[in-house]
Amino acid sequence: MKTLLIGECRNGKLLDHTYELFGFASQLGAETVMLLVGSEGALPSFGGTVYLADAGKYGEYNPDLHKRLVQAAVEREKPDYVVFMHTSYGWDLAPRVAALLQAPQVSEVVALAEGGFERPCCSQKMRQIVKPDGAPAVLTLQGGAFPAQIPGGTAQLQQVDVEGEGRLEFLGYEAAARKGVDLAKAEVIVSAGRGVGKKENLPVIAELAKVLGGEVGASRPVVDSGWMDPGSQVGVTGQTVSPKLYVACGISGAIQHLAGMKKSGFIVAINKDRDAPIGEVADVLVVADVMQFVPALTAKLSK
Amino acid sequence: MKILVCVKQVPDMESRFRPDAAGVWYAETDLAFRVNEYDEYAIEQGILLKEQLGGEPEITVLSVGPDRVVEAIKKGLSMGGDRGVHVQDPAAHLKDPFQIASIIATYAKAEAFDLIFTGMQSLDRGSTQVGVTVAEALGYACATTVIGFEYADGTVTVKRELEGGVKGTVRLKTPALVTCQLGLNQPRYPTLPNIMKAKKKEIRVIPVAELLQQQARLVMADFHAPARKGTGVVLEGEVGDQVDRLIGILKDKTAVLR
Repeated sequence: MKTLLIGECRNGKLLDHTYELFGFASQLGAETVMLLVGSEGALPSFGGTVYLADAGKYGEYNPDLHKRLVQAAVEREKPDYVVFMHTSYGWDLAPRVAALLQAPQVSEVVALAEGGFERPCCSQKMRQIVKPDGAPAVLTLQGGAFPAQIPGGTAQLQQVDVEGEGRLEFLGYEAAARKGVDLAKAEVIVSAGRGVGKKENLPVIAELAKVLGGEVGASRPVVDSGWMDPGSQVGVTGQTVSPKLYVACGISGAIQHLAGMKKSGFIVAINKDRDAPIGEVADVLVVADVMQFVPALTAKLSK
Repeated sequence: MKILVCVKQVPDMESRFRPDAAGVWYAETDLAFRVNEYDEYAIEQGILLKEQLGGEPEITVLSVGPDRVVEAIKKGLSMGGDRGVHVQDPAAHLKDPFQIASIIATYAKAEAFDLIFTGMQSLDRGSTQVGVTVAEALGYACATTVIGFEYADGTVTVKRELEGGVKGTVRLKTPALVTCQLGLNQPRYPTLPNIMKAKKKEIRVIPVAELLQQQARLVMADFHAPARKGTGVVLEGEVGDQVDRLIGILKDKTAVLR
């Protein structure tokens, strides 16, 4: 069995999660080759074949050309699986590659399963097992699902080229917004999620944070709704935090949020929904309405 | 200008999900359905563009599924869509993302839309495939995960959301498809007069058999709840009691309460 792993570069650097692809291939027990649109200065620590396309020529984001570079490597290697990370690069490019190869695609794989691949559904609350019908199959992997593995060694480079131009013009990256509060240094974070209900209820969260001597964080929907400043967002697209105590108030636990806080020392989640995915990482799950429970907790702690 | 917005109807995600009789997807019993959140951003962006262009563009709101999805189409029409298309398919949940995309593309090809808006994913299946696959089938330029959108003279400039708060700016020419991410805009609430007006708008019904030309590439084998990895304590019951028990645990397990 053979996998073609698709690495990922940004601003000239190989992204760390590229090594999770090797972790997956190792679980699968598959032979591995990689394709990378990057540069010789940013190669993975991997002694196998790496098809290297020059990012200076093809751009770091140019899906029309990248999909054809993948196709060129597929024609030479005849892999069983073409594997991406489920990132803004991977979920963008993978369906284009699947369309070009007329191949099945399984998105956001979290585990190998008998007869196929396991993936989350219903906002991470459930799992389904799907089986691709045909080879090669295109897969994207959920970040963190397969432990990173660094194979080591010096890459055996193969040149890969395609002609033509893409229809998308990449105009550049825009750096992350300046952080409001540096949550990374906080020992206690009390975060507000959609379960708080409305902006007017936020002082309740701030009061609990004050009593606990902590800072206030937020989940993405709270920031998107304009209730709180983007600087307070915890998660993949915000800040990654690891306080001694993290209190998630009305946060269901989207994978992007969990990735940003699951390394906290102790996690308390307050949620009406006993089955919310936040329960997967919580040390204590309080099944309650945030607006009833939090004021009661604050009152008791203030005594 | 012709705009297509693709919407899916999904269950409320706070529901308790149970396997269907075949054990491959959820049973619909006791579930309340609504418009997929990401698709609401798609509808709103279509309407914002129509407003920007002085009301000239015509917006078609399409959904594939059983008869219940007409409610999702009506929501789009009451927000400001002009006409609806219901691809009637009681078994849509058993089709794979490639088939759903192919159905939409077969319909859209004949209509020659200038711009297509979809959500970046659905809350229930979440494949992130359908939008891109429609674009590939039609040969349209496509940008995904869009949180900023501008249009001028046949050129679309979008901001894509990348990881770590970084954004990437991309320019593409119509015909194009964009997949909408949370935070792109604030979807409007339909007003009562607009809800009344929407009742008079045309919803064309197309049986899926007229559009389905592709075999599935995925086999759905199983649907189940994840094994609870969490070893956490679950506190249920009366609030005062929950407070006392939580404070006890925090004193015991953390150095935060002195």
